[in-house]
Order: sequence, then C-alpha cells, then structure tokens
Amino acid sequence: MKELELDLENYRNLLNQYITTQDETSLYQAEQFSKLSMQHNISPEEIIHVHIQALRELYPDLPKEVDNSMEFLLEAMISYGLAYQEFQSLREKQLELKSEISVAASMQQTLLSTDKPEIEGLEIGAISVPANQMNGDYYHFVTDYQGTLGIAIADVIGKGIPAALAMSMIRYSMDSFPENQRFPSEILQNLNRVVERNVDPSMFITMFYGLYNPLTSSFKYSSAGHEPGFFYDAKKDEYREIRAKGLVLGVMNDVTYEQFEIKINEQDMVILLTDGVTECRVGDRFIERDEVLDVIKQYAHLPAQEAVELVFKHFERLQDFHLRDDFTLIIIRKNV
Amino acid sequence: MNINLEVEVVEKESTAIVLLAGEIDAYTAPKLKEALLPFAEQKGILIEVNLEKVNYLDSTGLGVFISALKATKESGSELKLVHVQDRVKRLFEITGLDSIITIDTTVRGGK
Repeated sequence: MKELELDLENYRNLLNQYITTQDETSLYQAEQFSKLSMQHNISPEEIIHVHIQALRELYPDLPKEVDNSMEFLLEAMISYGLAYQEFQSLREKQLELKSEISVAASMQQTLLSTDKPEIEGLEIGAISVPANQMNGDYYHFVTDYQGTLGIAIADVIGKGIPAALAMSMIRYSMDSFPENQRFPSEILQNLNRVVERNVDPSMFITMFYGLYNPLTSSFKYSSAGHEPGFFYDAKKDEYREIRAKGLVLGVMNDVTYEQFEIKINEQDMVILLTDGVTECRVGDRFIERDEVLDVIKQYAHLPAQEAVELVFKHFERLQDFHLRDDFTLIIIRKNV
Repeated sequence: MNINLEVEVVEKESTAIVLLAGEIDAYTAPKLKEALLPFAEQKGILIEVNLEKVNYLDSTGLGVFISALKATKESGSELKLVHVQDRVKRLFEITGLDSIITIDTTVRGGK
C-alpha cells in the first residue's frame, strides 16, 4: 500500500500539471505511469481509485454529481480488473506450459535418439530437423547379432505434440517385436495394428522400413504410404525412385504390405527422405521432386553425413531459414 | 501466406456435392472437416468432393479425408473424390489411399 500512496502523490502532480498546462509530456508520463502500474499488477479500478483521491485533493469543492459519477465508474471497471487478473494468471500458466513443452521435447529427443551404427563397408549419413519444438519425423537404426541393419524412417501426420507422442509409441512397439519378425512387411503389418488401435482417426503415420544384410548385400524393404526415396545405381550412374506402394499406417485394421528386394553393389546408394523435403516451397512455388533430386545429386559425391547436412542447408536457405515441415534425410552408401 | 479455401455445398436428395477451391493445409483443414464430417456421419449419403480447383493438399488435408472415410464406413455412407488434379492425386497414390477411396480423375474440359 505504501508504494501506491507514493504513486498517488505522483499521479496527483501529473494530473494537476496536465489540467493546468495540457502539455504532451504529462500525457506521456501518464502512459509511463500505466505501464509501471501493470508491472506492479495494479488493476484498472485501483487506478480509478487513485484518480478519485487525487481529484478530491485537488478540488475539495468538486460538485457532488461528479464525485458520485466517479464512484459509479469505479464499480463499472471492476469486471475489467477481474479480466486483467485472469490475463495475468493465464500468462503465468503459458510460461509454465512453455517450459514443460521444452522439457518434453528434450525427453523426446532422449527417448527417440538412435545411434548411427558402424557397419563395415557401409557409410551412413542422417539428419532430422523439426520445424517446431517437437519432431514428427523419425528415423531409427536397428542392428542385430547377425549384423543386419534395419532402417525405419517415418512421418506422423498431424503435427505438434500429439504427433510426437505417437512417434514414441511407434518406437517402443518396434522394440517389443520378437527378433524373428524383423522383415519389413511384417514390421509394418504389426505397427499398422498398433497405430490403428491407439491413434486418433485424423492422425496417421507413413513409414518406410528397410533391412540390409551385409553378407548377401540384399536390401529388403516395404513402405506404408511413405514418400518414395531414391536408389542410385553406380554401375549405370542413374537414380531411380524406390517404388513400394502400401497404405499408410493407422487407416485400416487388416493391411498387408508387399516386400521388395534389391541388391546393393559397390558405390550404390539408398536415399530416404520425408515429405518435409519434397513438400518444401519457396513463396508460392513448390519444389518439384526432380529439383530435390538435383540438389541431392549435387552433393552426393561427398561423405554421406556431409552430403545430408549440405542438402538440408540448401533447402533451409531456400525457405529463408524457416522450415514449414520437419525435415529428414538419410543417405546410405556401400563403400566396399 | 494468405491463401484460403472456399467450401460450397450443394445437397441433392441423398447426395452432397462439396465444391472446394483453394489450398487444403493445416490452416484450412478444420474448415473442410467441419463441412465433410456432418455428412459422413449421416446414414446412406453419397458425398462427392470436387477437387478440380484445389491445387495443393498437404498431409493434414489427407488426414481430414481419412477421418471422413472412416466416418462413412461406420455410417454406411460413401465418399468419392472427383476431378482431382495430378499434384493432389500423386499424394493419394503415394499414401495408398487411392486403393480405399474412390477417386475419379477426369478433369472437366481437360485432356
């Protein structure tokens, strides 16, 4: 209350100064006064209260009607005071939520983190950058005792936090599948059931799953509606789309996925991506898939990790460093 | 970006024709959902969505069509997409949704 009394004196002087001179500076100071009051959580009706006090001190003979009208105004302002209080508490809550989300985001990062495995004769580059705090894209590498490498790349449709949570679910269901069910078609079939049962109807997940066996150089894969990647055939020096049609996860209960197989030769590459790469747009213009491939080709001769990072930087620059969608790109090259 | 989606609905007996013009993305998808779902939840309705004037559809938009499709399956109605542009059609093909949603791609007056 002491502070308010001090302010009362200040307010009275300001008011007096304005009434007598009507100069701009006292108006400006009034604005400063209101800003300061807000910082100190002083409500609108308290300011009116101060105004009434000051007025009574400056004009002891104030007409009774004016004095009464001020009391009336005071009552009329009470709801605004309450609204202001609510605004304050919402602002505090918002700050709380914000910090909770950033805790969740870092937890997600830990939960979903995957180590790039070291596999002899194979070079792997991977990058995944979220457009917002939490990532709806996901990739995961699994190696087993026989030395095979499983690669999952997925995109949750429906953005933000629910999408990110769905991703953690996918990750943990994958871990729970038995070792002998590591074939891409089986994994997608199982995951589809999990997603269909547990996820909101407007949300769905696209996923590509590949399984590489270094002993036979075979790459088996299936896709659940995922943006097609590319296969680089070094002998022919040509890029082909990896075609593998299949329904996205979570739409229908009983879906089977076709499994395909290719042989990977020396210097061949498998390039996997999410639609954050191909849905990229510059102003009103969409980037065509051919252009995406052109950019990838431009950097493909570099070490795989360097290449994916440079491709990302290229598109980040194109979009003025403001990603519209999560961006994930993986390049796998057979070196020997 | 200030691009909108216009939604126009024409009801004829047990058919609802939904004419869309513009872009379907995270911003406009709720509007589409609001228009489609009430019909999808009704019994015995054919919902024909005309996408001739839709040049962009993102994954959020696909999500709306999926929820509508699921709702029609439950209510015994039918969802059909007509006059779908190539760019948009590609998305339905990649996601395999063209195998479970009826899509008619002939563009009126086009090739």
